[in-house]
Amino acid sequence: MIEISNVSKSYGDTIVVREVSLQIPRRGVTSIIGPNGAGKSTLLSMISRLAPMTAGTVKVDGLDVTRTPSDVLAKRLSILRQDNRVGSRLTVRDLVEFGRYPYSKGRLTPEDRAQADKAIRFLDLQAYSDRFLDELSGGQRQRAYVAMVLCQDTDYVLFDEPLNNLDMKHAVGMMKLLRQAADTLGKTIVLVLHDINFASCYSDYIVAMRDGAVVRHGPPDVIMTSEAIRDVYDMDVEIQEIQGRRISIYYT
Amino acid sequence: MGGPLCHVKPSTGRTRRECCRRIVKRLLLAATIVIALASISLLIGVGDLSLQALFSPQEGQYATQVLLISRIPRTLALILAGTAMAVAGTIMQMLTRNRFVEPSTAGTVESASLGLLIVTLFAPEAPVIVKMLVAGGFALAGTALFLRILKLVPLRSVLTVPLVGIMLGGVIGAITTFFAYRFDLLQSLNAWTTGDFSGVLRGRYELLWIAFALTLLAYLAADRLTLAGMGRDFATNLGLRYRSVVSFGLIIVAMVTATIVVTVGMLPFLGLIVPNVVSLMMGDNMRRSLPWVALLGAGLVLACDIIGRVAYYPYEIPIGTIMGIIGSGLFLFLLLKGRERLA
Repeated sequence: MIEISNVSKSYGDTIVVREVSLQIPRRGVTSIIGPNGAGKSTLLSMISRLAPMTAGTVKVDGLDVTRTPSDVLAKRLSILRQDNRVGSRLTVRDLVEFGRYPYSKGRLTPEDRAQADKAIRFLDLQAYSDRFLDELSGGQRQRAYVAMVLCQDTDYVLFDEPLNNLDMKHAVGMMKLLRQAADTLGKTIVLVLHDINFASCYSDYIVAMRDGAVVRHGPPDVIMTSEAIRDVYDMDVEIQEIQGRRISIYYT
Repeated sequence: MGGPLCHVKPSTGRTRRECCRRIVKRLLLAATIVIALASISLLIGVGDLSLQALFSPQEGQYATQVLLISRIPRTLALILAGTAMAVAGTIMQMLTRNRFVEPSTAGTVESASLGLLIVTLFAPEAPVIVKMLVAGGFALAGTALFLRILKLVPLRSVLTVPLVGIMLGGVIGAITTFFAYRFDLLQSLNAWTTGDFSGVLRGRYELLWIAFALTLLAYLAADRLTLAGMGRDFATNLGLRYRSVVSFGLIIVAMVTATIVVTVGMLPFLGLIVPNVVSLMMGDNMRRSLPWVALLGAGLVLACDIIGRVAYYPYEIPIGTIMGIIGSGLFLFLLLKGRERLA
């Protein structure tokens, strides 16, 4: 379980995240939604110790993320941020194998290699495994990053907008895959998503943020109501139930 | 990561072992070329050093002395300096995540020269190792200042980074030149900033072994340096202590630069070209690429020195000049050819 208590973040006078307290349950998919500038990415960065917090604590399975040694945490929790620009010329396989670094520290065992192979297959990257990252399309690169993070094989996997750069087919594929990772591998997946319909269709739990605070949280059918969405986005949308799923019609 | 040097291509149907063998074979071939260049370097010079001379009873003693006191030290110095400088350039490019950065485009060399000037002014009798350490300290401070300025500069296009470094180097260089001029040390300053191996004799190059040891140390940390090159977030996510790896890398770069400035003088472009060529050839996984960087660095320096010694025989053109010409040419070629990737 990820326990977030009274976490705040401010830059000077600007408060980006204000006193967020939240518990993200083990296993399953939790999506964080909200308008631009709501503090979603900042919260995710603080949970994963990439950004220091101004106040509050985050515990992952009881481990305080700011106090636990980074290499211990790297075996429990992994994060993929948005806008990854790895400038290095690494092959997809190199990159994915680096996901084993917390365990291997550079000396790969046959098991590490097997894990990397598995992750590459999982993301359907076999054909590109020897290509350099700078020779791939944006979507292929995004999948390679995801493969690396999955190869890290942590219980908690955090993604900041994993659907970036993905077309319809691959976006759906990615969500199915994350759902599968949660269901069959028992992972706890936390996502920041922009498309609330993806959040509605694939999450067990949705956290809605606005102006640095959590305004609503609950299972999809609680969050996916016109009233709740208006609270979060300041926008009137129609929610329809289509084939048993709650879909918002917000395009017009 | 792969095996130590291996890069397996399942698509080609080769096994890991076959791949390793192929890669070792290629490395051996490259090493052979470097050894051949080194042998040529041993045989060129005004003193007669043919095999007959070495084994003839009359000239033998003289020839052996030339070999031991001048030729072998010079050749070793070339190999050690070339290897270390190329590796230092690679480390800097990984840590700054910019392909145009090397010790001479980041203020490192100029800072090392300033440190050397100051220690020469205040403690002219200090042993070389002390001078090197002071120069290294200055190089480290100068590079740290460079990174600090980079953090403050908002716009970070690929080219701003080396431009900032060259400007910083210009400012530090100006200060150094001013004091060198006032205290009549311009000649020494010139020796530090222009690479020249003609003065290398036994007893005057051994410091370069320190630079070589530092490059070996860098190789041991190759995985960590590669990870750091992926950026702070990626590295932290994988449990790497990013800041300490960056500091470690910078200390190596600063000390290598200081050693080279103190012993043979700056080798321009080397740290820029070799890493870029190797990166194009085989990527940036340093565990795999560093042996190539080292061999190519040594080979290029040997070749340039040989050209400098032969072109105007029996006089010598300093290697810094030759390197400048060949290096800038190669660099232009890389810029034009690999433009998309570099920019």
